[in-house]
Amino acid sequence: MSFINPLKYAYLAIEAWFNVAFGSEWNPLYNMGRLTFFFFWVVLISGLYLFIFFDTSLSGAYASVEAITYEQKYFGGVMRSLHRYASDAVIITIILHMFREFALGRYNGFRWFSWITGVPTLWFVITLGITGYWLVWDELGLYVAKMSSELIDALPLIPGSMSRNFVGDQVSDRFFTLMAFLHFLGQPLFLVAALWLHVKRLSFVKVSAPQGLAIGSFIALLALSLAEPAVSHQAADAARVPAVLNLDWFYLNVYPLMDYFSAGHTWVITLSITFLLMILPWLPPKKAEPAAEVHLDHCNGCEQCADDCPYDAITVQARTDGAKFEHEVVVNPALCASCGICVGSCPSSNPFRQKNDSLVTGIDMPQRPINEIRDQMDAAIAKLKGDNKVIILGCEHALNFSSLEADNIQVVSLFCIGMMPATLVEYALVHGAEGVFITGCRTGDCFYRYGNVWMDERFDGERQPILRRRAERSRIKVFRAAITDKRRLHKELAEFQNHLKSLKQDQLSVKKEGSHE
Amino acid sequence: MNKIIRYGLQAFNYLLFIVVVWYFSINPPYHQLENDQAVIILSFTHATKIREACRKLSQEELMKLAPNMRLPTSCPRERSPLNIELYLDKKLLAKEVLQPLGFHKDQGVSIFKSIKVKAGEHVLRVWMNDDVNVDGSTYHYKEKINLKAEQLLLLDFDAGKKGFFVK
Repeated sequence: MSFINPLKYAYLAIEAWFNVAFGSEWNPLYNMGRLTFFFFWVVLISGLYLFIFFDTSLSGAYASVEAITYEQKYFGGVMRSLHRYASDAVIITIILHMFREFALGRYNGFRWFSWITGVPTLWFVITLGITGYWLVWDELGLYVAKMSSELIDALPLIPGSMSRNFVGDQVSDRFFTLMAFLHFLGQPLFLVAALWLHVKRLSFVKVSAPQGLAIGSFIALLALSLAEPAVSHQAADAARVPAVLNLDWFYLNVYPLMDYFSAGHTWVITLSITFLLMILPWLPPKKAEPAAEVHLDHCNGCEQCADDCPYDAITVQARTDGAKFEHEVVVNPALCASCGICVGSCPSSNPFRQKNDSLVTGIDMPQRPINEIRDQMDAAIAKLKGDNKVIILGCEHALNFSSLEADNIQVVSLFCIGMMPATLVEYALVHGAEGVFITGCRTGDCFYRYGNVWMDERFDGERQPILRRRAERSRIKVFRAAITDKRRLHKELAEFQNHLKSLKQDQLSVKKEGSHE
Repeated sequence: MNKIIRYGLQAFNYLLFIVVVWYFSINPPYHQLENDQAVIILSFTHATKIREACRKLSQEELMKLAPNMRLPTSCPRERSPLNIELYLDKKLLAKEVLQPLGFHKDQGVSIFKSIKVKAGEHVLRVWMNDDVNVDGSTYHYKEKINLKAEQLLLLDFDAGKKGFFVK
């Protein structure tokens, strides 16, 4: 959708600002999901503490919360405040997480499953917060109980009126205990199941926040808890309706809608918004790219592609073609993101192989096979003219770098930088490029999650297939850039060409010195 | 970049974050009532009268039934709808026609209506009909009330004991 582009631009600019402050590793905008899990931990631990002292009876709930808040010196009050504020922070991180995926166009196509399972998660969290406010049984708790009941009454689910339970002296301990059960066990179990489903199609899921970010966020919440402790309203009074309430707008924002619309209309509004969010991945439908294909004749069952696939789309099974190898890999097309990372993982993707023949690898992308990439590389090298000849290898999801092409600069683009066999860099250097400039998504922000990471590890010799030592590192430059970093990319490329020039001069002077001797 | 500047920027971002968390966790205050308002809640459940009385079946009607179903009388289960009007100082606050619940409309009627009104002295009047076979009201209630600001007044109904009453 074209209207997303300015949004993407603006969002990437904000991320760049956070990179300046936090660095890519601690950038909170790269870690919204992980931060959400971290805040859940804070909520869970503080909640367990509160549960020890909480009286789950209607008559004792308010007094027990007040005792936790005021009679435990600092600890109880701080734990309660951490519980409240970390819960609020969860809503912020979930909304920012969703907004980020939308702004960067990472919600449709193969990502539909993560998106569609993520949207209801927000509602699970909100209902969990609602029952939490209910349990305090202060004026706000009573308000939440009444308004929630009016909402439920608007559904054709239960005969009679649930709202009637919250006027007069009709609330029963039993109902209150049910709420406590829901908040302490029922809803958290649902939430855990929803989160499991949300990340089910991913591998290498990181659920713990980077240490620095976790420490910083915790200190921030602790400071807030000490400066502005969470407190209750007055005790619930069935004969009184307070004119003013301090609503927690992160959780209770639906209720004021009921002052302007009926409970039925409030359902229609909220369900419509939820439905629209849920179908977003198909507005418009995105054409599915062909999945990776396995060529068993060239696969030795090393399993590297299965290890590297960020979407758990490749599994290993016993060999079926009678070859001497123990295993073979199988691609599940429904899970395949068509990122091509498996091509970069396959040792058979080495472009030095089958030099005089068509290059066939163990696992390949039918829409752009490795042979075509090698042909592109050959053509690009052949086009290079002049001094400081550079091949740019880049990811299509970062910025558009085709405009950088010049007589001495040629471009070979890939679906993801992780698709690049490390030996392709060596191949370029051996066949005439003086330098290889590699670009792709910003560090920590790979469109396909792990392309950047795997490439770095292959270059560092930590992940197979490695970039061999004979590929001269001084002729290789990695600079990662988003669409907002075009100017910096130009600068880095120019500096790299100057560096190549000085390398050449150094080599010339060494040769001259050698001939003098 | 200088470490101190980086940490300073981080601190600024954390500060911004907790200010947002704190502000929206209690602000802006929500005014559900004006300062001089009170709330009247009309809420009760009531089994309205049966629409039709029991009648004896004719021999012909009995013969049409299966032998094990041949009861001499037929008692239709459907109940009357409930018509209710609530007035405050002659001003109509609510007017509802409620159908009995259940597939056969044989269960009670349930009403829950929350109405914001000005605090002060008022005359509360209810008119209700729960029987289709009676013209006019079957229950009527009139009461002088004095509502304080933020007070919740529950207007309840108990057919067996006292009819309408306020709590």
